[in-house]
Amino acid sequence: MAVTTEATRLSALPPASGRAGLTGTLRSEWTKIRSVRSTYWTILALLVISIGLGAAITGGIAAHWSQTSPSDRATFDATATSLAGLYFLGELVIVVLGAIVITSEYSTGAIRTSLTAMPRRGVIYLAKAAVMAAVMLVMALVAAFASFWLGQALLASTHDNATLSQSNVLRAVVGAALFVTLCGLLAYSIGSMIRHTAGAITIMVAVLFVIPILVNLLPDTWHADVVRWLPSSAGDAITSTVAGAHPHMFSPWGEFAVLGAYTAAALIAGFILFRKRDA
Amino acid sequence: MIEVRGLTKRYGDKVAVNDLSFSVEPGKVTGFLGPNGAGKTTTMRLILGLDYPTAGSVTVHGKQYRELAYPMREVGALLDAKAVHGGRTAYNHLLSLAQTNNIPKRRVDEVLGLVGLTDVAKKRSKGFSLGMSQRLGIAGTLLGDPSVLMFDEPVNGLDPEGIRWIRNLMKALAAEGRTVFVSSHLMSEMENTADDIIVIGRGKLIANTTIEKFIAENSTETVRVRTPQIDALAKAVAAAGGTATANGDGSLLVQGLPTERVGDVAFEAGVRLHELSQTRASLEQAFMELTADSVEYHAGSDGTGSPSPAGPGGEADKAAPAAVGQPAGMATEQARAGRTS
Ligand SMILES: Nc1ncnc2c1ncn2[C@@H]1O[C@H](COP(=O)(O)OP(=O)(O)OP(=O)(O)O)[C@@H](O)[C@H]1O
Ligand SMILES: [Mg+2]
Repeated sequence: MAVTTEATRLSALPPASGRAGLTGTLRSEWTKIRSVRSTYWTILALLVISIGLGAAITGGIAAHWSQTSPSDRATFDATATSLAGLYFLGELVIVVLGAIVITSEYSTGAIRTSLTAMPRRGVIYLAKAAVMAAVMLVMALVAAFASFWLGQALLASTHDNATLSQSNVLRAVVGAALFVTLCGLLAYSIGSMIRHTAGAITIMVAVLFVIPILVNLLPDTWHADVVRWLPSSAGDAITSTVAGAHPHMFSPWGEFAVLGAYTAAALIAGFILFRKRDA
Repeated sequence: MIEVRGLTKRYGDKVAVNDLSFSVEPGKVTGFLGPNGAGKTTTMRLILGLDYPTAGSVTVHGKQYRELAYPMREVGALLDAKAVHGGRTAYNHLLSLAQTNNIPKRRVDEVLGLVGLTDVAKKRSKGFSLGMSQRLGIAGTLLGDPSVLMFDEPVNGLDPEGIRWIRNLMKALAAEGRTVFVSSHLMSEMENTADDIIVIGRGKLIANTTIEKFIAENSTETVRVRTPQIDALAKAVAAAGGTATANGDGSLLVQGLPTERVGDVAFEAGVRLHELSQTRASLEQAFMELTADSVEYHAGSDGTGSPSPAGPGGEADKAAPAAVGQPAGMATEQARAGRTS
């Protein structure tokens, strides 16, 4: 092939000032995330699972409303119920995406190529997290509002359905999306620490699903002291629009701060390891 | 220009790179040779800052790699052509690389054309053959028009056409004044490509010399003779100033005399010849003996006695004289003797 001599004939690059930094790497990470199929499968799975499960639950409740006891009706939270698909199961999809964004670079070896193009590791770590979190938040907001509206439509026959203008409802819908996004960032941190997809997902499942179940098995007084410190409680607290639904927890944003603190700590720990270790 | 100074890398107990010092000059192809596990890839990873050295330093253009303003505009490196996300198209893979260093999009199309991948630009790289993957990797190295290029065993697994293409590309890049640093575990690959060679074994520098010097020092001419009168010919050759060694297959290997002279000597001595041929000692063999020695030296339990094959200054080009065409054990002894003196 006669291409070798053309090495000299590549057009000249425009001169560059400054240095390669966050802007270019954000663009690069955006290209990366939008150019693999797994991203689209994840989005589809998130929407189908969140909206579908939310619809199934709300539809089921509406169908059995006539047999529901007055006490159950009194504590029924139409908003939280319609969002349950997102923050119980959609959360898991987000967690998988969060882990895979970083662990797939290790499993394919692409991390070496990424770090050769941009050796300032903090820039890569930050750009990846930012692009991923932005994508997740948008997806989760779509899922949250769609689940909410569909759920409320299905609950219309109960006359106990919610509207966005009611107190705490908008907070709950947006909060559900923020909650799963933070879970995604937590998964990203764990993924960058252990560099292994299945391992990172297992840890996240333990943190978000298994530990809350175990805590529920504790004696009541212990449970009351512990439950507010669980990362997963933020999801329960923020989506609840009924006063006093979670008596042992901090306020909704207080619980959110707890999860935020865990996530920040994990992100920092992940970053330190990401920078310090051999790639 | 790559400068490696006292570079050492340990993985646990394993010393992968051991006090390595050398520099790689612009305008040349520098071959980086060593047997499997010698530490070539590790050295390259250290150059790129993928791994952190246990001791020592390495700079490109006087700076640590991660301090380079636009790394891809100064260094193009390909360590593992398969180290890409296979689900991404060739175009998007290169685009994502270009964007990190503010390299314009049109450059992606240009390098794809240069390596001959335009037709598959929109195909996911998962399905690429090894040769296509190598081309994609090389396209990535050229994105930033860098003055330093580094390839880790780029011809591994390629067909002859692909090998020739890469060789020519490396030469062309060096001819443009770029620094080209390329590893291999085959001397024969480097023979026609490299200007300089750096040989390592067990993480240590064994030789740092030009390819001409290496060939001159390591390829003694040997004449192979078959005759029914071995003893008579051996005597005649010795009398004429050559040395004859019996080869395992019943032939004689003569050194120190040109082919014509061996023929004349045989004729004058009335010795009947069945074969008279010149064999050039292969560089591959010289290379193997050079590195076998280092392997033996490091594997030995004594760890004393033998001097280090190369000083920290990297002046190993005087080391290890030829000793080709003799049994391996002798070659080793001689190589050692040469170093001790
Ligand atoms: N991450 C690691 N952990 C532990 N040991 C390692 C690691 N990377 C390399 N090594 C060891 O360091 C030594 C040098 O390896 P390296 O890959 O640099 O050799 P090489 O010269 O590139 O070999 P090859 O020709 O087989 O590619 C080997 O013994 C290898 O097993
Ligand atoms: Mg290697």
